[in-house]
Amino acid sequence: MKARVHVMLKSGVLDPQGEAVRHALGSMGFDGVEGVRQGKVIELDLAETDAAKAKSTVTAMCEKLLANTVIESYSVEIA
Amino acid sequence: MYAAVIVFPGSNCDRDLAVAFERAGAQVSMVWHKDTDLPQGVDIVGVPGGFSYGDYLRCGAIAANSPICRSVITHADKGGYVLGVCNGFQILTETGILPGALLRNAGLKYVCKPVELCVATADSAFTSGYAKGGNLTVPIAHHDGNYYADDATLDRLMAEDRVAFTYCDNPNGSARGIAGILSENRRVLGMMPHPERMAEPLHGGTDGAALFAGVVGQLADA
Repeated sequence: MKARVHVMLKSGVLDPQGEAVRHALGSMGFDGVEGVRQGKVIELDLAETDAAKAKSTVTAMCEKLLANTVIESYSVEIA
Repeated sequence: MYAAVIVFPGSNCDRDLAVAFERAGAQVSMVWHKDTDLPQGVDIVGVPGGFSYGDYLRCGAIAANSPICRSVITHADKGGYVLGVCNGFQILTETGILPGALLRNAGLKYVCKPVELCVATADSAFTSGYAKGGNLTVPIAHHDGNYYADDATLDRLMAEDRVAFTYCDNPNGSARGIAGILSENRRVLGMMPHPERMAEPLHGGTDGAALFAGVVGQLADA
């Protein structure tokens, strides 16, 4: 079973990398980009076959390691 | 007075930190990250700068979950002293020993230069050798030193006089110019600048030496 975790900086936290990307897009002529937020995607291959169990385990992984909940939010997709 | 300096794969200021403690009069042991226990009788733990685990995932995240860090957390919980410098500060926030987090520098660049710090409090073993409101010059060398905490946490740090140092000229976008903070019991200091790299005349200055003299002196007297 595969899990995909999206980790993003929380909305109140300034994302200087996203801002730099937004400026670069503007200078390349891509107008109308009002905001860019940059995050990361983490894919996991799991031995678990029960989707509910997998989701709860991956959520624990996010809380303990994959995300820093002081500054980041996360979401978990099981596929 | 007995200090332990933790060595992670990718630490690069561990020996500098050990020398600074030694010159201030401490006995020092180096402790490998895979060890599970600190040596008996350790008074202070130094968590050094560097790029532990290649800064993978987030700076300090993997180190914060290494076997030795569980003992460092226990040591801090029992009222033991801890000094985290640069990557060590990032590790201490990742463990939750200190509040907040270190984000990418606002200018997105790695910044490596001497900076002037303001001493925000002299009320700690670490800062007792400085005058509140005084200045010192020590180097910074980081890509992720932009201190972040929510407003309530920042207000609390200020109200409790737990900001140890601020930047005179903010180099990285840190909230309220914060360069270093203390734990609630004032026995844990995390800071991005490197006092151990400005502790002997050959370093080009000795402004950092008073930090080590202060904490080693206070613990030796205890």
